[in-house]
Amino acid sequence: MSTTTTAEVAGKAPVAAGPPLAPRTAKSPRFKLALRAFSRDKAAVVSAAVLVLVVLASIFAPLLTPYDPTVGSASERLSGIGTPGHPLGLDGQGRDILSRLLHGGRNSLLVGVVPVAVVFPLALMIGLLAGYTHGVVSGIIMRLLDVLFAFPLVLLAIALSAVLGAGMDNIMLSIGVTLVPYMARVAYTATVQETEKEYIEAARAYGATTREILWRELAPNVVTALVVYATTLCGLMIVVASGLSFLGVGITPPTPDWGIMTSDGASVLLEGKFHVATIPGLMILIVALAFNLVGDGVRDALDPRKQTS
Amino acid sequence: MAFIGRRLLSTLFVLLGVSLVVFLLIQLVPGDPARAVLGMGATQEAVEQIRAELGLDQPLAVQYADYLGGLLQGDLGRSLVLSKDVAEVIGPRFANTILLTVAALVLCIAVGVPLGIIAARHQHSVFDRVAMFICLAGASVPVYWFGLVLIGVFGVTLGWFPTSGMFNTRNPGGLPDLLLHLVLPAVAAALVPLAVIARMSRSAMVDVLNQDYIRTLRASGLQERSLLWRHGLRNALPPIANIIGLQVGYLLGGVIFVEVVFGWPGLGQQLYTSITARDIPVVQAGVLFIALAFVLVNLLADITVNLLDPRTRRRSA
Repeated sequence: MSTTTTAEVAGKAPVAAGPPLAPRTAKSPRFKLALRAFSRDKAAVVSAAVLVLVVLASIFAPLLTPYDPTVGSASERLSGIGTPGHPLGLDGQGRDILSRLLHGGRNSLLVGVVPVAVVFPLALMIGLLAGYTHGVVSGIIMRLLDVLFAFPLVLLAIALSAVLGAGMDNIMLSIGVTLVPYMARVAYTATVQETEKEYIEAARAYGATTREILWRELAPNVVTALVVYATTLCGLMIVVASGLSFLGVGITPPTPDWGIMTSDGASVLLEGKFHVATIPGLMILIVALAFNLVGDGVRDALDPRKQTS
Repeated sequence: MAFIGRRLLSTLFVLLGVSLVVFLLIQLVPGDPARAVLGMGATQEAVEQIRAELGLDQPLAVQYADYLGGLLQGDLGRSLVLSKDVAEVIGPRFANTILLTVAALVLCIAVGVPLGIIAARHQHSVFDRVAMFICLAGASVPVYWFGLVLIGVFGVTLGWFPTSGMFNTRNPGGLPDLLLHLVLPAVAAALVPLAVIARMSRSAMVDVLNQDYIRTLRASGLQERSLLWRHGLRNALPPIANIIGLQVGYLLGGVIFVEVVFGWPGLGQQLYTSITARDIPVVQAGVLFIALAFVLVNLLADITVNLLDPRTRRRSA
């Protein structure tokens, strides 16, 4: 049974502690099958397209928008959607909302996605070692993670950001630390489930070393479970990170960010100017939902039982 | 009973760990925490005084022992900004947070669980698809933004509900006034966990409905309604109770945002104010209490699951 292609789908090789995996090619049948299954899932394909569009628009924001996202014109302050030259209107300081939205995407997306990507290999390693070896060290690590689980996710992120201080690096650090127990537990559960399967028994029977079993046999399958979870988490973390900025412990103004934009909108809400807060919030919702749908699509596409129909 | 004993023991361990993490928070303040609290312009004397007040001039182990000893006697330290004991600041606010959280939780259970069960009953129907898509979207909503939308629509535009606080400030009106002020914050806090609970309830119920005994009961001519609500629900309840316990964590996190948006005088709002003022002891106590509430709810949920599920009940007896 070839189990290496799932790592290819992940786009991330497992941490380089073990022997190199068998050659991975995009032409391998399992990758093809998964890709075909994914392309049949309309919601997932549309969501993936939305995400690509948002990422591209954020990257090329300076080229796409004629306005400086941090400078406003007081005379047009709070003009609504459809103002000539400002399709999404202007905020309380007279700044173009569309420009801020695209520029803000750079920060809002990064602070959600980077921590997930950075914690991924760490969580994989903890999950694999704790799930397969049942050693003393891994046991202690799992107990420590239990302690972190006692804090509601958002609360721990807020607490860490609050003491570390605002700023891009600190939010990513706070969110990263908060994620470790969640991602490690998913890797751990997947490892325990896979260990009970016959191919692991077979590998043991023909004399594979623990290292080989961990990295060659278990890792690719655990990576699959973790990729699905990580995709969904990216959406959730974009929401959480925007919340930190909303509370003032995240990205600092005047840097554009969707959470800060919503917070700016909150202050003019009672004046009846709804568009300032509504637009960035809607953007966060769309991106988070798209990550969720892509995550569902990836999960189904990687499930061999659902690939052939 | 053995299960409950083991569970209590592990809870004790977790609580000890929680107190350690909360204690260490102040050590994470970059540079000298005392100076960070006071700002750059502070005199050396003032800094030394704060250091002594926070016990920062002691070795770390001694500091933690002091902190833990204080906690066990209900001493949460002293606020650096409000010149009050932290317990005095936190106490009344904790009650307000519990009120909001319980209201939201009731909404989650009363709407989320039946929604999921009805969707499971009509699996793959239009109702099921639409409801579950809305729930997926609902689970992706930023809580604070949803609160603002509710204020915009039901507070500002329609004028049905007040947009801030717990009581009418000019003319406080007792319980009816409180309930009126509670509606929007409770709905805002409930949305995300409600959506997740509905989706999980659906999948738990779908699993149960696919089991043999349900097929047998259906074949024997039992009414669909009693099949679902009596025989199905009994077996779907343990996983649902489990999910509800875990969602309380998200609820408590969301409540922080809701309190800030709606000016609800609870722990979350205090946390927000104290973070801005760098009043670290109050921040620590707020974090500690919210985590404490979460740990206890999960303990309760686990024990409930254990009592509800006939299989685990037999094993632990």
